[in-house]
Amino acid sequence: MLKINNLHARVEDKEILKGINLTVNAGEVHAIMGPNGSGKSTLAAVIAGKEEFEITKGEVFLEGENLEDTSPEDRAHKGIFLSFQYPVEIPGVSVTNFMKTAINESRKAKGLEDMPAKDMLKLIREKSELLEIDRKFLSRSLNEGFSGGEKKRNEIFQMAMLEPKLAILDETDSGLDIDALRIVANGVNKLKSKDNAVIVITHYQRLLEYIVPDFVHVLHNGKIVKSGTKDLALELEEKGYDWLKQETVI
Amino acid sequence: MDLKEKLVSSFLAFENGVDVDHPVHDIRSEAIKNFETKGFPTKKEEAWKYTSLNTLQKIDFSIFPKKESMLEYRDVKKYFLHEIDTFKIVFVDGVYSSFLSETTHDGVDVCLMSSALNKPMYQQIIDVYFNKIASKDDSLTTLNTAFSREGAYIYIPKNKIPKKPIEIVHFSTGNEAALLLQPRNLIIAEENAEMQIIERHQSLTANEVFTNSVTEIFAAKNAHVDYYKVQNDLTTASLIDNTYIDQKDGSVVNVHTFSFGGKLTRNNLNFYQNGERIDSTMKGVTIIEEKQHVDHHTLVHHIQPNCESHQDYKGIYGENATGVFNGKIIVDKIAQKTNAFQQNNNILVSDKATINTKPQLEIFADDVKCSHGCTIGQLDEEALFYLQSRGIPKKEARALLMYAFANNVLESVRIPELKVRINKLIANKLGVRLGFDL
Repeated sequence: MLKINNLHARVEDKEILKGINLTVNAGEVHAIMGPNGSGKSTLAAVIAGKEEFEITKGEVFLEGENLEDTSPEDRAHKGIFLSFQYPVEIPGVSVTNFMKTAINESRKAKGLEDMPAKDMLKLIREKSELLEIDRKFLSRSLNEGFSGGEKKRNEIFQMAMLEPKLAILDETDSGLDIDALRIVANGVNKLKSKDNAVIVITHYQRLLEYIVPDFVHVLHNGKIVKSGTKDLALELEEKGYDWLKQETVI
Repeated sequence: MDLKEKLVSSFLAFENGVDVDHPVHDIRSEAIKNFETKGFPTKKEEAWKYTSLNTLQKIDFSIFPKKESMLEYRDVKKYFLHEIDTFKIVFVDGVYSSFLSETTHDGVDVCLMSSALNKPMYQQIIDVYFNKIASKDDSLTTLNTAFSREGAYIYIPKNKIPKKPIEIVHFSTGNEAALLLQPRNLIIAEENAEMQIIERHQSLTANEVFTNSVTEIFAAKNAHVDYYKVQNDLTTASLIDNTYIDQKDGSVVNVHTFSFGGKLTRNNLNFYQNGERIDSTMKGVTIIEEKQHVDHHTLVHHIQPNCESHQDYKGIYGENATGVFNGKIIVDKIAQKTNAFQQNNNILVSDKATINTKPQLEIFADDVKCSHGCTIGQLDEEALFYLQSRGIPKKEARALLMYAFANNVLESVRIPELKVRINKLIANKLGVRLGFDL
């Protein structure tokens, strides 16, 4: 599904990713953990194609295809989805209209006609039930005045609507209370299949109790310094990140 | 002969066509003297620092239209809001078109300035209102006053509401190589009266048009006036809109100005709050590109206590477009408890576009709330990335963000069809099909 080789990326003169290697296969859930400033969100944004970051070395492949020079919208059309840590507010554009635009643009890119309104409504109803989203919520302006929890739930709703091959959840647990966390995790688990993959970026182990990863990677100073199974997340919770930092120095 | 000389010497010819014994004629004669002394404003004047009329003055404009041009309704249908659900006062090349208009005298007067000026039954109202709030000093206003003959006349008596919105539409057909139009509107809402007006100037060919318009609006006690200016003209059409609004106790006047096109557009919007508990709202969306120029000069004069004014102008400037916002607020010493708010936000889409924005507050009272803010920026890159990451192409994503930026100005449009129309104009302007009606 996703293969990252020796990826180096920088913003302006600051090198943030310093040689990332990562392989994610279909059907897998990977967690990427690490202290603040380790490069987790940068890695997510680089995979999604954010132009602000300059790739200085290495490649990102999706299903064998090099994503170099692929725009963020084309990556979305190919099946990459990024759930934002800080979703952007778009006043005057309802959640429903936003989703219609996103889905139909994706279909257009694939040479398909617009989705018939009836099918769109059905899909919206189905997916909003999955995320326990109120109908009234769908006619509100996108993210405008949403609580932290509503924004995150809305991100996962968008993921459900777009049915990506690779979903990257960037700090989706931050700002969520325990009930919202359960709903969000439940949504992600129901969307998981043998044909898609999920990368969960998180600072804490808490979310991983609900979305159980097959692999856990620790990012520190722009590199993956340790990989393991879900037990690694527990170990991190217990010991913090300091022991890893020391290990790296040695 | 330059345009000023031509205008001054044409005044004699103009007098042949109007009743020189009419009391208004003294006002006209005074006005032409003022214009002769002052001439067109130059960039040396502070209020005209960023807007030059030099190029316009070099054009040989026809001052009197030769003949009425016929227009078929079907050819201009798209410029009207609705075929039957509005009253219409329509002018073609400055001449009233009875064929395209739908006026009324049924309880309210929605008709012509020429009727109001010529028929004795309106004499009393003309005496009380005509040229009473318009500047006797501003050169372009006095130029219009001197040649005032035709335009819209709307009189809504106490407690009346016209049964539908009123459209004032000016077409120019290009039957002159270059045409100068000077419409003069008088709009009166008596106590508790209400009305909604949509004004539009539309050139139909690439021939030059220069419109110097003056509108006087009087809102009596508790009257409510919603005025919408739709400015989406060709790049050979220039408009100077001078609007003067006199408000009495408890009245509400909202003016929305949608500036989407034209060669040069100058909006001089002046509110005078001659009473208490008055609400004055000015909102604007400007979206222009090429070498177009839009200049909003607003004035709110808080003369009495306990009043409010709200200003919210958004501008999106592309290519070599230039914009100006100058918002003047005067709060007199006795106008305590005034709330005056002013906001002007701008996005420059191109490196070559410019905007000059200036709040101008003169506050002489001490117990007031006044705020002003202006911003100039680019589109938020993070927001753009967010939309792109959902599969929305960059062009559409930019358009969506610009729409979102201008959106809160549209929320207060109270005629649903107009809101839909403005949304479509914005989508067209931004060159996108967004997959849904905005």
